[in-house]
Amino acid sequence: MLLGGMNRREFLGRAMVAGMTLATANSLLASSANAQQPKKGGHLKLGLKGGASTDSLDPAAYSTSVMFITGRCWGDTLVETHPTTGAPMPGLAESWEASPDAAVWTFKLRKDVKFHDGRIMKVEDAVATLKRHSDETSKSGALGLLRSIKSIESKGGDLVITLSEGNADLPLTLSDYHLLVQPNGGLDNPSAPIGTGPYKLTNFQPGVRITFEKNRDDWHSDRGHADTVEIIVMNDATARVAALSSGQVHYINSVDAKTVGLLKRARNVEILNSPGKGFYSFLMHCDTAPFDNNDLRLALKYAIDREAMLKQVIGGYGRIGNDYPINTSYALAPEGIEQRMYDPDKAAFHYKKSGHTGALVLRTADTAFSGAVDAAVLFQQSAKKAGIQIDVKREPDDGYWSNVWNVQPFCASYWGGRATQDLRYATSYVSNAEWNDTRFKRPDFDKLVLQARSELDEAKRKELYRQIAVIVRDEGGLILPVFNDYLAASTKSLKGFVHDIGNDSSNGYVASRVWIDA
Amino acid sequence: MIHSSKAGFMSGRTLRQRFPLLSMIIQRLLLSVVLLFAVSIVIFGGIEALPGDFATTYLGQSATPQAVANIRTELGLNKPVVTRYVEWLGGALTGDFGTSWANRNSVSEQIGGRLGNSLFLAFFAAIISVPLAVGLGMLAVLFRNRLPDRIINIVSLAAISLPEFFVGYLLIVWFAVNTGIATFPATVYDGMPFLDRLSAIALPTATLVLVVIAHMMRMTRAAIINVMSSAYVETAELKGLGGLRIIARHAAPNALAPVINVVALNLAYLVVGVVVVEVVFVYPGIGQYMVDAVSVRDMPVVQACGFIFAAFYIFLNMIADILAIIANPRLRHPR
Repeated sequence: MLLGGMNRREFLGRAMVAGMTLATANSLLASSANAQQPKKGGHLKLGLKGGASTDSLDPAAYSTSVMFITGRCWGDTLVETHPTTGAPMPGLAESWEASPDAAVWTFKLRKDVKFHDGRIMKVEDAVATLKRHSDETSKSGALGLLRSIKSIESKGGDLVITLSEGNADLPLTLSDYHLLVQPNGGLDNPSAPIGTGPYKLTNFQPGVRITFEKNRDDWHSDRGHADTVEIIVMNDATARVAALSSGQVHYINSVDAKTVGLLKRARNVEILNSPGKGFYSFLMHCDTAPFDNNDLRLALKYAIDREAMLKQVIGGYGRIGNDYPINTSYALAPEGIEQRMYDPDKAAFHYKKSGHTGALVLRTADTAFSGAVDAAVLFQQSAKKAGIQIDVKREPDDGYWSNVWNVQPFCASYWGGRATQDLRYATSYVSNAEWNDTRFKRPDFDKLVLQARSELDEAKRKELYRQIAVIVRDEGGLILPVFNDYLAASTKSLKGFVHDIGNDSSNGYVASRVWIDA
Repeated sequence: MIHSSKAGFMSGRTLRQRFPLLSMIIQRLLLSVVLLFAVSIVIFGGIEALPGDFATTYLGQSATPQAVANIRTELGLNKPVVTRYVEWLGGALTGDFGTSWANRNSVSEQIGGRLGNSLFLAFFAAIISVPLAVGLGMLAVLFRNRLPDRIINIVSLAAISLPEFFVGYLLIVWFAVNTGIATFPATVYDGMPFLDRLSAIALPTATLVLVVIAHMMRMTRAAIINVMSSAYVETAELKGLGGLRIIARHAAPNALAPVINVVALNLAYLVVGVVVVEVVFVYPGIGQYMVDAVSVRDMPVVQACGFIFAAFYIFLNMIADILAIIANPRLRHPR
């Protein structure tokens, strides 16, 4: 457990990291995750939610869970993340170093990697890939992450990235699932699934079925244990559960927290819950009356019963939130911040101090997060005990993300995880963020975030992130009752599942990490 | 109308008199084309009027204004509506429905596969349910108001009263999860062996049969009972013919017209209305395809599906009309 015990600071080194070889990193991983010896072979079947006939094979366009997992099967990123600490780990790049201001990064790429079509991966391929995704006219889902990139070049056989400002998190940014290295960056044919991953794609029927066969030339020996993989898109929750309990698939994602208790009773089924970074939340616009009053915001933060929400909305599969968007799944997570609990007296006190009267309209829809309507009603009940009246207004699912979220001053919302704390805050808490969905505008806060971004001293960085979290917790517009676990299930014959904090389905690597012990 | 055209248009008159059936059929065909054209305007206009924007929905929370603008420019959404309609209709008539906005593949190609799957399922549901429904309807008449009639009625009404997804779930629990004798999920794919395909669609077919059978069976029963009181049926009875023979040879042919219409409606439903069954059984039919497209505002696909659905309804109803005319000579000579 060397990696697990090592913190980010040690891992990064002062502006330099000598990447450990992949073989070591990987054997360490395997030992920490599962002591068993992987069994090779077999036909692995996954029944997955979140695929549509509109899915495209172009990694730039990946947005559904099915394509996220598909991409992880056939492609690789330059950098990967450690499943339990979230620290950057070598992928196609075997090591990297940064200039002291964290603005110029040099990545050494592996030389022994072959694409599925037999070509050797070259630095130029990585350069072209990153250029395609970071181009101003790109439609890539990763475009927003790569904005600070000034230039991408191949220099002396290495990949050199120059940023317009220091960013200690660049390696983690490159682990984004859109950034799969393709021959010539995929410029010739972006939808050709030619990559370096553990499986070669053999058949793609969007929204229906995707099949793979083992890549016999894989540069990485300790992954991709199955001979063939089949993904069947199952968007219906009952269909997934039926397919799993009848043994037709080995793994399903997105198990409903409400029915997980019933599924547990099935003899052949194992529930796989992994802690995650995603959270359920209620958002208040800090610049819109009456929510521009911090006492009212505090009153509402004290008026929500987090324990009840954890138990009743997500069936206990999650962790309580503390009104800032970070939990221990992030590297450098702040410690020692007092947990805010349900306190009707304090809520009543702040409510009175705010001078607000009358009902507050809370908008919700089940598309915001599973159980959002129930959660809003629970909130209504617990707030009532503090003398705060909330009117729950149910909105249509269709169009919720364009008409309600980030538009209405008080609504339910969900946020998935981001690779780093910096990205989390940059996405929706700094003043000019495109999705500043709490309308939190504080120049001093923005400065703190910028300062933390280029700070390479880990202790200092952690302290800065603590200050940032406290500001959001005490003054922001975010009510964050719970972080939800990723809930999946498998048959008992599926072994080697790694609970990865990075994202759902073992950070998408499920097919590459598990094996069938039949 | 008929009188004036008869008076003023001699050749039309002779044509109509000489080939009454043919001219009726041509008239129906022309009407269908006009109807399809009208539907195409409604579909295109309706989709234009829909709220929501493809680019923002497609990119979801990862939509930056820049990415949205890039997509809109590329799709040429800034062209005037009429231009886009004419281009679309021109393509649609030649079988080219453009490219999907979401995955840039040919819509016609993708629909081809999906529609094939839907037709495959509908075909097997139809060849089981139609003879079964008509047969049961005749049996019900034969044993009218007696025990078999009652049982047929109660069972078929019970099946139609349960929502189709519930029937589906019951079948899954019994036949796939508990006993494991049926295949589930019903996912079919290109290159799947024919027998595997048949076994895959067993449960969805059974569900669809249960859902559509009551409607057709009851219409058959009602239509035949209606005819049973006519004088010629009484004559047949007096001749000493058996019950089943009277129904099959004398009553049923004269009760065909309403039955044909109901069968046509149900066939159309089997092709275009079974999205719930597709979802429950994870069957890649065209309904699921359209719903996927609606949820991401992939307009070319929605338009194409809408157009094809409308065409199916119109086509099946036209066939039903024509068959009804053939089955009932009185319709050929309107007074």
